[in-house]
Amino acid sequence: MSDARMPDASVVRLSGLAKTFALPSGETMTAVSGIDLELRRGEFVSLIGPSGCGKSTLLRLIGDLTHPSAGVVTVNDKPAHQARIDRDYGMVFQAPVLFEWRTIEENVRLPLELTTWERGAREARVREMLELVELTEFARHHPYQLSGGMQQRVAIARALTFSPSILLMDEPFGALDEMTRERMNSEVLRIWEQTGITVVFVTHSIPEAVFLSSRVVVMSARPGRITRVVEIDLPRPRGVETRESRRYFEMVTEVREALRGGEGRADEGLASLERAEGEGLTG
Amino acid sequence: MRKARDRLVRYLPAIVVGVGGIAIWEAVIRALEIRAFILPAPSAIARALVENWEAGYQIFPAAQVTLQEAGGGLIAGALLGLAVAFAVARFPTARDIVLPVGIAVNAIPIVAFAPIANQWFGSQSPYSKMAISAALVFFPIMINVLRGLTQVDASSLELMRSYAAGDAAVLRKVRIPNALPFFLTGLKIGTTLSLIGAVVGEYFGGLNVALGRVVVESASTLAFEVTWAAIVVVSVTGIVMYLVVAGSERVLIPWHPSVRGERVA
Repeated sequence: MSDARMPDASVVRLSGLAKTFALPSGETMTAVSGIDLELRRGEFVSLIGPSGCGKSTLLRLIGDLTHPSAGVVTVNDKPAHQARIDRDYGMVFQAPVLFEWRTIEENVRLPLELTTWERGAREARVREMLELVELTEFARHHPYQLSGGMQQRVAIARALTFSPSILLMDEPFGALDEMTRERMNSEVLRIWEQTGITVVFVTHSIPEAVFLSSRVVVMSARPGRITRVVEIDLPRPRGVETRESRRYFEMVTEVREALRGGEGRADEGLASLERAEGEGLTG
Repeated sequence: MRKARDRLVRYLPAIVVGVGGIAIWEAVIRALEIRAFILPAPSAIARALVENWEAGYQIFPAAQVTLQEAGGGLIAGALLGLAVAFAVARFPTARDIVLPVGIAVNAIPIVAFAPIANQWFGSQSPYSKMAISAALVFFPIMINVLRGLTQVDASSLELMRSYAAGDAAVLRKVRIPNALPFFLTGLKIGTTLSLIGAVVGEYFGGLNVALGRVVVESASTLAFEVTWAAIVVVSVTGIVMYLVVAGSERVLIPWHPSVRGERVA
């Protein structure tokens, strides 16, 4: 597993990771603690848990957007800080965070403007990325002219321009309606399969986590800990049929049970199938 | 073509009210036989304007002088405001010192210093008027630009951080574009202030060919039609300056909510 040449070599290794924040009152708040986790190359891993379980903090620790109070983050066999300097990360936030003064293509080009890439190569890469998210015809529009889902696709294209090895997504579809969210899920899977990138995906939604992931990391709140890691063995490629399959409901149930702190045996899935359909879609 | 017609339709009510107001003004003056030193009729003001355009009070050359003073003050005040805003945005400790002092200074009615500016820079010199203009313009520009440079979305900064972007890149790619609409807002406020500074500066002395002087001199000889004519010219100058800045917004920040059109998808 630690052999970097192996196809399933570890990309991200978290050991003994903890993060505490100093509150204005002088007290400290432990966001996450005792985190040990290893992500393999090309994996799609979701972090799921109740509000305040520290899943976003964990994502930000991996991306070196915040520093751990204890423990180590190793990314591509180097410290997270070096990985960020080496531009190993692509970030997608809940809001698209597009610069409104830039056109779509200029937004996608932004990361490349921080490099020494020459103009021709930049433009070619931008075109390639816009094709990937199927927004070529909107290249010269401004963000405000696009819908929320389209804006988020621009954010994904921008995150991938550097060809980072890890894509960090922090509840990227949380603000979208259910239909758009499902479309975006399929879109992300297509891109993930096309690029072979490693994805860390924070979400509130159980169905979303199950549909997308190869593994779902279930967390509990106060302090944020990993309570369970659920392997999702649904066949790929996943599509509409996946969402209607029995195995899918079983996995949704298993993750839900894990979130409740129960043991979540998969064969209990059928009993709660209806429940999964009724309330499950919003997690 | 359609755009032009849409615009006409949009502004038609304002035009009707404006023209109608002037017509009523004229009618009331004539009907009630109000004396010119209380309020001259629009027709009398227009006549005074034409008669004194280049002869007599020389309103047109005077307007050029005043416009130069106001423009010079606007540019100087804007440059100074920009410079201080950038410096203060760069050094947070400077912000803690400069802002309270700036706010205190801004509470002072700066036009009260006009006689002193005349004393410092010479009442005959255009620089004394520019100094007052610049002092008035400085603050709204500085505050607005500072706001634009510092009120940047936290996730924009995180995004740049994830790209390992340095401070210079953040300034160039995020802070400056973010500050541009704020700067233009400050500039719009500044256009009016710069004219106020120039005209009030002129009230306290200077060459006679200047709008403020025309106002003072004509009022002192009870030629109130001329006074009003000069005020009309000052107003039109202010409106034109404002429209120039507002028009440049359409070119410089077409994406901004105050300027942009509808979404297409």
